[in-house]
Amino acid sequence: MTSNIYDNFVASLTQSIHEWLYHVMPPTWALISEMTIIGLVFLLFYALVGLFLVYAERKVCAFMQNRVGPNRVGPYGIFQTIADFIKLLMKELITIKNSDKLLFNIAPFIVIIASFMAIAAIPFAKGLHAIDFDIGILYVIAVSSLGVVGILLAGWSSNNKYSLIGAMRSGAQIISYELSVGMSLLTIIILAGTMQFSEIVQGQEYGWFLFKGHIPAFIAFVVFLIASTAETNRGPFDLAEAESELTAGFHTEYSGIKFAFFFLAEYMNMFIVASIGATVFLGGWMPFMVHGWDGFNTVMNYIPPSIWYILKTGFIIWLMMWFKWTFPRLRIDQLLTLEWKYLLPINLFNILLMAFIVLMGWHF
Amino acid sequence: MKEVIHTPVPLVEEEEYHINMGPQHPSTHGVLRLVVTLQGEIVKSLKPHCGYIHRGIEKMCEKDTYPQIIHLTDRIDYLSAHINNHAVCLLVEKALEIEVPERVKYVRTIMDELARIQSHQLWWASFGMDLGGLTCFFYGLRDREKILDIWEETTGARFLQSYYTPGGLLWDIHPNFQKDVKAFIKYFRKKIRDYDNILSGNVIFRERSRNIGLMSKEDAISWGVTGPSGRGSGWSCDVRKHHPYALYDKVDFKEILYTEGDTLARYLVRMDEMRESMNIIEQLIDNIPEGDFTAKMKAVIKLPAGEYYQRVESARGDLGLYCISDGNKTPYRMKFRTPSFSNLSVLDHISRDLKIADLVAIGGSLDLVIPDIDR
Amino acid sequence: MKEFFKYFADIFTGVRSLLIGMSVTGKYFFSPGQIVTQQYPENRKTLKMYDRFKGEVIMPHDENNHHRCTGCAICELNCPNGSIEVISARIDGPDGKKVRIIDQHIYHLGMCTFCSLCVKTCPENALAFGQEFEHAVFDRTVLTKILNQPGSSILKEIA
Ligand code: SF4
Ligand code: SF4
Repeated sequence: MTSNIYDNFVASLTQSIHEWLYHVMPPTWALISEMTIIGLVFLLFYALVGLFLVYAERKVCAFMQNRVGPNRVGPYGIFQTIADFIKLLMKELITIKNSDKLLFNIAPFIVIIASFMAIAAIPFAKGLHAIDFDIGILYVIAVSSLGVVGILLAGWSSNNKYSLIGAMRSGAQIISYELSVGMSLLTIIILAGTMQFSEIVQGQEYGWFLFKGHIPAFIAFVVFLIASTAETNRGPFDLAEAESELTAGFHTEYSGIKFAFFFLAEYMNMFIVASIGATVFLGGWMPFMVHGWDGFNTVMNYIPPSIWYILKTGFIIWLMMWFKWTFPRLRIDQLLTLEWKYLLPINLFNILLMAFIVLMGWHF
Repeated sequence: MKEVIHTPVPLVEEEEYHINMGPQHPSTHGVLRLVVTLQGEIVKSLKPHCGYIHRGIEKMCEKDTYPQIIHLTDRIDYLSAHINNHAVCLLVEKALEIEVPERVKYVRTIMDELARIQSHQLWWASFGMDLGGLTCFFYGLRDREKILDIWEETTGARFLQSYYTPGGLLWDIHPNFQKDVKAFIKYFRKKIRDYDNILSGNVIFRERSRNIGLMSKEDAISWGVTGPSGRGSGWSCDVRKHHPYALYDKVDFKEILYTEGDTLARYLVRMDEMRESMNIIEQLIDNIPEGDFTAKMKAVIKLPAGEYYQRVESARGDLGLYCISDGNKTPYRMKFRTPSFSNLSVLDHISRDLKIADLVAIGGSLDLVIPDIDR
Repeated sequence: MKEFFKYFADIFTGVRSLLIGMSVTGKYFFSPGQIVTQQYPENRKTLKMYDRFKGEVIMPHDENNHHRCTGCAICELNCPNGSIEVISARIDGPDGKKVRIIDQHIYHLGMCTFCSLCVKTCPENALAFGQEFEHAVFDRTVLTKILNQPGSSILKEIA
């Protein structure tokens, strides 16, 4: 196994912080402060990534539409989203007269907590993740689908018919597409033989699973892209929002920072599924290496793993944006037809195919 | 105080509820209010409420002289301003039995067809947006901009041109006009392929529009659905063919007819009409004869007492102008038969038992312009 | 069996149409040269409106502060919404007779619908359209303009 030159750096950094903390305080306190530090780091990361993705989306869609996009606040408009965020912070939080106050206020937090929890298991580089579960994939799938509870609550408690329709659509949608996301990942789990993210990444050292598993892996990748776009409620599957039909769907009645939470969560969910896709199919932080090409591999190794990770995730996010800004929205019955009539049978067959290929050893 | 709940449509069954689409709703493109009765997501019935943008244009016409009426007609259906102007001009010319110069007819026909293309471009843009394809909106507006520029150069205005006057044109076409129009046709023939690639061929779009909002030919005739919406049901109702005005009896063009009567057919009619309009313009643009840009008119125009009716084919359908004159310089009564009004009336009939998303698609495919409904 | 093939044919044609759609947006994404947005406040210097652009109604004055308006009020008569008020005055003409001249040619830009009737019907061609289009103001009295400049007088040839 070729060791990456950046591996030691991350490991020694975390190790030294860890040792220093245990040196200066008792173990309980050290543990608590470690957790707090990690939490804060993730919080900051969350906000930054969210803000950046909003900006990126606006730029990407602008270019696809022959426009310039935000360009007034700061150079190339990079501070636009920060300005928007400040505006949202200062806006009035409107309380709806006949709404269910408790649920109405809780809903945005459920959505945001669900996406926040999912980040924990994602490996950003070797050793750079909060927890390395041995059932990492299962955990992420489970946690990321919690968000729909928040959406349902939001739609229900707003006491608005548009919101309710949006929420119900979202419920039907996530329940169906959750299946496809899980199954397409299952295909790769068969190939990888593990559910632990760190091992999945290690297994892709010489060839990402997308190439290793060739045909079934490719089908799984496509299905994953479609299903995860649907799971994040993004266009062309943005039926829960469907601004031309339901004005704003489930978050019609939300304003100010509570709306911002929904908004941020949408982008973070996109980031999370893109990370999972990048980790499982495209090798996560693993550089692009080919067995036997030592010179090439060394060059690739010089690029830090986090950069690899960001590039791959960015690519998938860009793909999802490309979908959103090209396709018209599906109707609810077509959405379900697509899942139950096309994606699911294909997926089941695909799993069989993958199992067969793994059995016969026909993968690379 | 006891709250009064106003239910405009009685609920007939259990589990039904109303939803107010509009007057501020993204898909009604203006201040149209549809009270929709839903069962779950299924549209059971709907009732349009008009009048939010009623400006009393018909009444205002009664105090205005005929040249002044022109600028009001711009504002009825602002997307086919030229064509509305044309209706008034034709009416006055018919009443006074004035023969307008050949050049005027050429320019008017070209301008009308540009207006039709422009209107259909905007319709395509917003129809795409209704269906959730936001990018369509920008492509449509991008190409429409070119026509607006051409207009701005010749007429001085981009949107509400008031370019026609009874007897002719306000001023002559700009020297660059022919060149620009030809450049535009060349440009748009290329860009319209993008339209097809991004929307017409798209499987999601096809599935969402096929067999949705079926309107039979009988329906179209009995509800008076004219224009591209009526022709999508196979009703040959093109005023340009049946009652030709300007140069439409001279140019060679097809009346686009589709017989399916669904949303897709209405969509395809408009797409083909854009191409057909380009053909018409291409036939005319090089042959604009020299001559006056207006006929000799009296300073004060008075129509002989009597009743007059003039039809034109606006981008939305059959626009009728009914005028009673008592011999004064202002009409005694002016009535507009606007196409969007009757096109809206069929919406309830064709969208029953479909989903909300379909309602939005059907509404888009009827191409309603709200000021055209309310006047 | 036929259904079976149709199932796959549907998938194939569907995916193909989606890819065609994506190629359009993808093409524009990678050709930033096709961006059509105008950078408005920045291009103010170079922005040139078309000659005929109807920005506002103006009364052109020559270098000696002469205009062509006789104060006949035909424009006022023709304006469909009363955007023009002509206030004329009578002064002693050179040959002792009273002559009508324009005192104030008041133009309410806020009410004007740019129908061009005033410009078109003015017998002396005293009016024209100006290219100015930045008319946003905080106080709408600013939009009421007096078109004849102070101290101006009518061109000798017309009077
Ligand atoms: S501007 Fe022309 S029409 Fe108006 S008062 Fe002066 S001369 Fe008469
Ligand atoms: S352009 Fe028309 S509305 Fe404006 S001042 Fe002249 S006549 Fe009146």
